[in-house]
Amino acid sequence: MSLVKLLTGTSPVLCIGEEQPKNWFTELQVLKGHFDIVRFLVQIDDFRCASAGDDGLVLVWNVETGERLQELRGHSQQITAITTFTCNNGLTSHTSLLTASSDRSLSLWDPDTGNRVQTISDLQSSVKCLLVLERLCVWVSGGEELCVWNKDFQLQCHKQNHSDTGITALIELPKNCIAAAMDKQIVIYRLTFSTDSSLSMAEIRCLSDHQDQIRALINVNDGFFASGSHAGELILWDAIDWNILAYEHILWEESQACTQAEIRLAAPKPSEMSIQHLTTNGKHILAAVGSGLYVYSIQTKSVVAYRKVAHDSNILHTMLLSDSELMSCSEDGSVRMWEIQDLPLPAEPASAGFFGMWTFGRTNKQSGPPSKKVMEVPNIRMLELTGDLIGHSGAVQMFVSFRENGLVTCSADHLLILWKDGERQSHLRSLALFQKLEENGGL
Amino acid sequence: MIGSPDLVAFTKEDDYGETSPDPWALPEEFSVPLHPLADSNPWAKTSYAKFTKDFILISEFSEQVGPQPLLTIPDDPKICGTFDLNYFSLRIMSVDYQASFVGHPPGTGYPRLSFVEDSRVVLGDSKEGAFAYVHHLTLYDLEARGFVRPFCMAYVSADERKIMLQFQELSLRFSQASECLKAGNRRAFAKELQRKLRDLEYTHSVLQREEGLQREAGPQCMYSAHAVEKANELANVEKSIYEHRDLLRQISSYHHRPRRDPHAVTCQKCITECLSECEVLLDKYAKLANPFSYCDKGKKEDEGQSQINEEGGEDEVNEEEDEGVKRRPSYTPQLIKAKSAKCFDKRLKTLRELCDNTFYEATVELLKDTEKSFRGDLCYLYTRRLDRTLRRKQRVTNFLFEEDLGDEDEDERGTLRPFCAVNHAVDNYTLLNPPPIVLGPEPLELDALEPPHPLDPSSEISRPQELCELGLVGSHLESSPSDQTLETQESSEETKGSFSSDKSGTGQADRQQNLASITSEGPDSDLTPDPDHNTDLERESSSEEMETTAGEDDGDNGGDQTPVSLLEVMSELEASREDECEGATDGACEIQSDLLVPIDTACCMAQEGFLYEASAPETVPHHEQSSYLQPCQTLVVNQEPQAQLPLQDDYTVGSPSSESPAAGLELPVGLLGDAVSRTSAEDGSDCTMSASTGSDRAASPLGYGGVLTLRQRKKHGQGALKFVRQYPFAMQALWCLLSGRTLVVLGADEGRVRRLVAALALFVPAPGKCGERVQAWLSCPFTLTDLQRWKLIGLQRVASPVGSSMLYSLSRYSRYISILDADQKTLRCPPYRGQLLANIADHRTYIRRGSTYFLHLQSMLCRLAAKAFLYTFTHHLHLPVSSTEGSEVVEGRRRCFLQEQLGLGEEDSLILLYLSQLITQQYLQPATGSSAAATCFSFNYTTSVFYKI
Repeated sequence: MSLVKLLTGTSPVLCIGEEQPKNWFTELQVLKGHFDIVRFLVQIDDFRCASAGDDGLVLVWNVETGERLQELRGHSQQITAITTFTCNNGLTSHTSLLTASSDRSLSLWDPDTGNRVQTISDLQSSVKCLLVLERLCVWVSGGEELCVWNKDFQLQCHKQNHSDTGITALIELPKNCIAAAMDKQIVIYRLTFSTDSSLSMAEIRCLSDHQDQIRALINVNDGFFASGSHAGELILWDAIDWNILAYEHILWEESQACTQAEIRLAAPKPSEMSIQHLTTNGKHILAAVGSGLYVYSIQTKSVVAYRKVAHDSNILHTMLLSDSELMSCSEDGSVRMWEIQDLPLPAEPASAGFFGMWTFGRTNKQSGPPSKKVMEVPNIRMLELTGDLIGHSGAVQMFVSFRENGLVTCSADHLLILWKDGERQSHLRSLALFQKLEENGGL
Repeated sequence: MIGSPDLVAFTKEDDYGETSPDPWALPEEFSVPLHPLADSNPWAKTSYAKFTKDFILISEFSEQVGPQPLLTIPDDPKICGTFDLNYFSLRIMSVDYQASFVGHPPGTGYPRLSFVEDSRVVLGDSKEGAFAYVHHLTLYDLEARGFVRPFCMAYVSADERKIMLQFQELSLRFSQASECLKAGNRRAFAKELQRKLRDLEYTHSVLQREEGLQREAGPQCMYSAHAVEKANELANVEKSIYEHRDLLRQISSYHHRPRRDPHAVTCQKCITECLSECEVLLDKYAKLANPFSYCDKGKKEDEGQSQINEEGGEDEVNEEEDEGVKRRPSYTPQLIKAKSAKCFDKRLKTLRELCDNTFYEATVELLKDTEKSFRGDLCYLYTRRLDRTLRRKQRVTNFLFEEDLGDEDEDERGTLRPFCAVNHAVDNYTLLNPPPIVLGPEPLELDALEPPHPLDPSSEISRPQELCELGLVGSHLESSPSDQTLETQESSEETKGSFSSDKSGTGQADRQQNLASITSEGPDSDLTPDPDHNTDLERESSSEEMETTAGEDDGDNGGDQTPVSLLEVMSELEASREDECEGATDGACEIQSDLLVPIDTACCMAQEGFLYEASAPETVPHHEQSSYLQPCQTLVVNQEPQAQLPLQDDYTVGSPSSESPAAGLELPVGLLGDAVSRTSAEDGSDCTMSASTGSDRAASPLGYGGVLTLRQRKKHGQGALKFVRQYPFAMQALWCLLSGRTLVVLGADEGRVRRLVAALALFVPAPGKCGERVQAWLSCPFTLTDLQRWKLIGLQRVASPVGSSMLYSLSRYSRYISILDADQKTLRCPPYRGQLLANIADHRTYIRRGSTYFLHLQSMLCRLAAKAFLYTFTHHLHLPVSSTEGSEVVEGRRRCFLQEQLGLGEEDSLILLYLSQLITQQYLQPATGSSAAATCFSFNYTTSVFYKI
């Protein structure tokens, strides 16, 4: 890893320098409050978000002002999962926070008042993931066992789990089904309401096509869901009949193409090809593979753009901001913004640099073949770094975008940073100034 | 008398309060006299004065040695030089226009404390070349003649105009000091009274025991000369107990008086504390209204022993010691001897003893501060005042580059903040005394009455008498403010009269024969009730007493100007008792006693009387006295319009008969508020100086050290000038600071880095009150939070592994910072090509002096702040003029304003934008208020370049 770090540190491509005209985050606010690694960020509404981490604290922040609104204390150990739970009763909808912790408890919080509304403790095992099925007004917790709860925190049904690792991810599928990722398998459960409105759950399918542990499981759209494994396999599934629609072994192709280049360097280490995170906007799937980024088009069922080394170390979270913009954060402490750009037709220096980095210790002659290979693929495009946000001194665990209101990042350095558009903020402040001036009736 | 001093009338160019409303004229505070000393060389004036610079002199009119200097501030013999302090003390003490003579006013029973307002005089001594603002005040001392000790504080300067034009401030500052001294003095006086009362009480008990023994010895003994003498002694002790109790009452009623001095503002908390202290004491000694209960026990216990005690010798002390220890372990009462030592042998209390150490120290500190704040010549003081006035009007932008004006704005708003020795505002002072007790209304006192002594046969009889006594106490307590102010303030002839009447009681003592000449005029009828009161009423039933009271007329009180309604009961009581004692104990009250109280005082009075016999004021009749004093009072520089209110007003203001104590306290405050707001409005300037100007404090380290003084800033101006002259890229570095980009000064030598940081800190906008945005020396890697907090950082360059991590942080955050390498003399920062800073960062500048450069800098930064203010608050630069306008139009207008109207380039605009942002944030701060929100940190993505020498 240190070698890679060294490489990328000196890479001309990834050091975009200080001139970043497309980066509009020109103001930041450091939000302090946590005492340990902050791992989760959840958006509550347009201006609030909640952060949670290893200190067991859940903090609610006002993103517009940077104020800490609430401090939700109650968990004695690290938070393992957090999600929002929206109750829609006719006219009003109220968002609560659902948290799971290593202290084997589950809690429901009201972010407005900071009260713990519901809590369950003394669970058999700690919960690793949470899924809210708003349509059914129930929520599911996954760990060593799979439990279904109603909104009053009453256990509806539960299934013991046979795997050692337990359920690591849960998604909702059509027809009252849920998919749970357990080690190398994806198990499909179906929830059925009996006539006396009691709920039952049945395992109806077990998909065991992955070669390695499943790291990510996401819904793509109504028709598909996707999963990624530690070995770099990306599988696109049909959401209705649970068949494989596409199987992409991300590094396989690459290693094939680069056989000549890999005389010295052994096959990529598993961590380097592990799919850490998957995101989608319905049209593309963005896969974080090791420290690289891959954009997979669902339409063409192929990788349309990629950056093998997008960060200095593992990417922890990604996001597709639009069809062409994406963002990633990594253990190296930075957040990077990318743009999917059409490749300029002549051999561009960027890609040469990219592969040049890959073949460290060799001269440019090795950079020829891979770039040719890239050129061969007809519709491949490139990921251009448009900006980076440097501020955290530890791994950036996660980020949440509030669009033009800014971006919140959380990190292992116990801090949250609120990144904002300085120009917009200054304009807003100016408006506030004139408003206050008017209220005061002059200076 | 000493030759009349050349008093200087206080005159201002314009009339007091009635400035002609010329709309075009500059406000007075803005007009600097171009030639403050137009007549001569401004520096020549001081040349013939025998002292080098202004100082404060505290003097006393000692009753033993006359006027004498006590101390000077600053306490440096060099300052006074050959200036004759003794002579000058004589001069300033001879212009004391306080009415400071005390005694019995006719018709009142007890010696009066004089409640005198301070007087303020400007005095010049052309021969010495000295002019002085002289502030007289009176402190209480139980052992002093008339209980008072006259003091004065003087601000001595060679410049007459300086004193004249700074009169308001001088008066204000010295009033604060005076109030502080007086506050401490009242406490000390109350304590002294307490001690004295204990002694008296003890003496009384001893005497009573003796008398009891005599009575037992046989009826024939009752009328022996010895017995009569003893009875007289006893009566005198009792009288002095009452007198002292009354003094205690008077001192506690001190605060109820309406103050006519608008500058005399005291700390309310101190007052309540002192009041409660006095209340406690009063409560305690109210119980001893009938001293018999106290000594009855002793009588029974040691009948045989007291035979020995007849001499009133020192044995008593030992004998009573165990009893005293039992009762009050803290203090052993002393037997009061009738004949004290010679007056001149007695040591007078020092000022420090008189005023309670805490208060004394605080006053001296205050005066030192005053001395400092008046340093410099008039022109300097004017300029500074002008500067401050102007700055106070620019609150919106002041925080950027100006030094902090401190919390003086509170003082400006009309309410004079009282100076408090024990710092009640901060409230970190742990009270030595129990928390204040609410001023007890009468019922409370009734409750606190001593339960009837089981062994005391007279308790049933004495109790109603006590009740009536308490009623008297109450009414007296309330009445005292009005009559005292009346006597002491306006009609000094009355106090003269009372002084002499006081002596009438003591006048027949062997050693006080010489008083007789004065005493003749004083009616001595009011002296008799006290001794009789106890002896007679024992036999009388109280109902009778009340009846007689109701029926009597107070003919003797005709001379007393106190409201009749208030003193009715008291005077009637006195009158009735007088009648009763007329026949039986007439002799007793005339017979001189060995136990006179206050003995020392009486003795000194005699001396004083002797001394003053020749002097005119003592002997002239009332009317002449008043006419004599009248012209003097007009000479006194009277700042307070209230002081000239007619007498009737005093009655309406001060008469507390219908008021609750609270109202009595509030009323003067209202008056004060008025007066103060008026004076401050006229004055237009502040009177207290912030600690940051002209103070001599040891150079505090920059950063978390505290407020930088002007002198320090000027010194740093030298450093800044050096930096500008030495580094060709100084302009770029300054641009970084002014545009809000954190500048890291990297270096191995701490001193060098610190100096550089201190110099550059002058350029940091909004550095915070104590330079919070500047970190002078940091030896660990910094984080983003530090960058957000600090705008200028001195960083230690180290070659250890720590150093590498530091370098890592430097390169990691390189986009947010500029790095000035102090060792290699390089600068890494975004390129700056603007012209805005060429003026302050010209390395070929002709400015040679640091302070000059500092002032130049200040004016340039002030201009920048003004531009930023304009930019921030110009409506159309930020908001659309019409609803059809888009944000691009506004943006264009903004750019146009910056580039064309202000002529700023891209980089120069950044300075203005940053300053504007700071102004906006500062302006919005109180609204958003919440400290929970972290501050924002703005930056932009630009490449840096490397500058070398």
